[in-house]
Amino acid sequence: MAMLRSNRRRFGVTRYFVVLGLLALAASLGYGQTKNSCLDCHSALPEPLGVTQETFSHDIHAQKGLTCVSCHGGDASTDDPTQSMSRKAGWKGKIDRKQIPELCGSCHSNPTYMRQYDPSLRTDQLAQYHTSVHGKRLAAGDSNVAVCTDCHGVHDLRAPNDPQSKVYPVNIADTCAHCHADAQYMKGYSIPTDQFAKYRMSVHHEALEVRGDLSAPTCTTCHGNHGAAPPGVDKVQNVCSTCHVFQAQMYDKSSHKAAFDAASLPGCVVCHGNHDIAHPTDAKLGTGAGAVCMQCHKPGDVCDRARADMLGQITRLDESIKNADKALAVAEAAGMEVGEARLGQNEARDSLTKARVAIHSFKEQVVSQYVQTGLKVANKDLQAGQQAMVERNRRRIGLGLSLIAIAMVLSGLWLYIRKIER
Amino acid sequence: MTVLRNVRNWFYERLEWDDLFAFMSKKTVPLHRLSYWYFLGGITLFLFVIQVLTGILLLLYYRPGANEAFESVQYIMTQVQFGWLIRSIHSWSANLMIFTAFAHMFSVLFLKAYRKPRELTWISGVILLILVMGFGFSGYLLPWNTLAFFATKVGTDIAGQVPFVGHAIMVFLRGGEEVTGATLTRFFGFHVAVLPGLVTVLIAFHLLLVQRQGMSVPPRVEKEWKADPSARHELKFFPNFALRELMAWYTGLGVLGALAAIFPWNLGVKADLFASAPAGIKPEWYFLFMFQTLKLIPSKVWLIDGEVLGILAFGLVGLLWLLLPFLECDRVARSKQWITGLSVFALAYVIAMSVYGYVAQ
Repeated sequence: MAMLRSNRRRFGVTRYFVVLGLLALAASLGYGQTKNSCLDCHSALPEPLGVTQETFSHDIHAQKGLTCVSCHGGDASTDDPTQSMSRKAGWKGKIDRKQIPELCGSCHSNPTYMRQYDPSLRTDQLAQYHTSVHGKRLAAGDSNVAVCTDCHGVHDLRAPNDPQSKVYPVNIADTCAHCHADAQYMKGYSIPTDQFAKYRMSVHHEALEVRGDLSAPTCTTCHGNHGAAPPGVDKVQNVCSTCHVFQAQMYDKSSHKAAFDAASLPGCVVCHGNHDIAHPTDAKLGTGAGAVCMQCHKPGDVCDRARADMLGQITRLDESIKNADKALAVAEAAGMEVGEARLGQNEARDSLTKARVAIHSFKEQVVSQYVQTGLKVANKDLQAGQQAMVERNRRRIGLGLSLIAIAMVLSGLWLYIRKIER
Repeated sequence: MTVLRNVRNWFYERLEWDDLFAFMSKKTVPLHRLSYWYFLGGITLFLFVIQVLTGILLLLYYRPGANEAFESVQYIMTQVQFGWLIRSIHSWSANLMIFTAFAHMFSVLFLKAYRKPRELTWISGVILLILVMGFGFSGYLLPWNTLAFFATKVGTDIAGQVPFVGHAIMVFLRGGEEVTGATLTRFFGFHVAVLPGLVTVLIAFHLLLVQRQGMSVPPRVEKEWKADPSARHELKFFPNFALRELMAWYTGLGVLGALAAIFPWNLGVKADLFASAPAGIKPEWYFLFMFQTLKLIPSKVWLIDGEVLGILAFGLVGLLWLLLPFLECDRVARSKQWITGLSVFALAYVIAMSVYGYVAQ
């Protein structure tokens, strides 16, 4: 009896594990998941109706549990296309371009709904879009302008921090250029189509795409994204000043601010350009190629003299730093330790950068203040390099004398050995 | 003069050095065409003494700590009177000491000086070489510069690959999972306390054995001397050999001074724990042959990890190297040939791999 009871207990435990195993197997096979019959057919269809499971799996919405039905309506739980794509089941079919912003906004403008996915996500995109050139034109009936899906993609819409997203910082310019660099597409709009080509030559593009600095500006940094619009002549300075704070503060206090405002000149753009902003060089302050001051000022006037003075000061500091660098390099090549002076050179370079920034004050004395600080450091570093070489020579003299002394001792020892072994 | 004589007498009454002087006056060194190899051990000892003296001087200013080590070495090199000389001599002397220790080992090997009864001298010598390399490895980190930091990271990573105990060894060496300031203080402890203590005891033992057993005569010379006893020549250790050794030491001092003055030892850039490793990071030259070998082994050899296999192979070779005197079988002639062949191969391998490691990207 006891044996029988034991066998029954063992059987009971086995049955328990078999049931558990079957449940786990069922779970792993996807039983209980929400059925999405749309992809069964659409994954086999050609473009533009084709959407594969693989494509849709990259979509942030799919990853958050949304399905085709969430945007297109219908009933994805049935395999019968007449039922799944029936108007009765709320099927909307292909979303009309004009309806896309409102459809996206139905969720993305709802803070309560969006909070469950990302409490920090903004919900003013649709409101901003309505203020944009794109939004205004769409409202006016121009369906060629960009809507949400043009920039963010559709069916494989990725989160903006995904490097493959169309709105990932390094991809934004390409996304905008898709329309804005297409002369044929932009025909009928009175805006140029060379912005992208120019941007690709700019210092901003180099920083973003070549150096990989994701904080460097791209189209949306200056134009805005959902509320995209040209900054306008009077707003350019505000756009640039979001990053170039010190330059903007100095420019604000300068005589150029009032003069440019009076002449309706677009601030920073007058000297630096816009899309093709190149790395600024000291030549901008000169009188040759690439110089900007003399485009407005006359030779010999008070401003030209101030320009020449600022350029002279900055050139002097630049040359002093380069001379100190050379002296330190020579000392280093000779094996001398000049690490502290090398560190000092960074300080001198900082002063040079500050002096260059101070040009935006258009006051010689402000530039001079930084130049003097930098010169003091650079001269000290130059002396450190030269001193290191003097020290190197002193060491070699010391070495020579020591070697003579050692040679004398060696000779003495050798003579002594010869004497005692004779 | 009377004062000096009195002082001498005072010491003599207490020390009575007649026996010692008698021993020294009787002690001789074989004189033949290969006698100059006998100087290598003495030069290595001289360089060790230089290491101890300059090391003590560096200790006056060096501060072990991630925030202070680099700056303190920089201070020694730029602010302390002759600090640059002491630090450069310490670094050059360390490298030369490892070089002469290697050269001494191979000379002993080729001159067959490891044979009975000198097995213990060989074993203590090989252990000394390993400890000297440990000196190099631990001392390399102490300036806390970028190259040293990453070389230590790579070196301790390799130690971490040893099967079963590797991770524990790595954590012990690093003082944690990563190379940090804790590693630096730990290496400082090894470098200035543990290793000097061990090396001093072993050197004393090694020298005692050398004194006790005298200099070994190479078999070929011994054979020639047996055939022609008149060819046997010996040199009095004191003062003849000692004076020659002194000349070698003086020459070494001159070379050290010249290297330190013409090529002062570079300090580099302070280690940044968050920076990425510089491209083509390599260990010091005396570890290059092992490093390059590990690099050349495929990542998987059958089912075994290539690096683990390499480490095990080096461990086995090291053990066999240590026990080399016992591998000579009774058929002396054949085993001599075998060991000479192995020695030539080992030397060629070390040189070739070191050069390859140096030039390889």
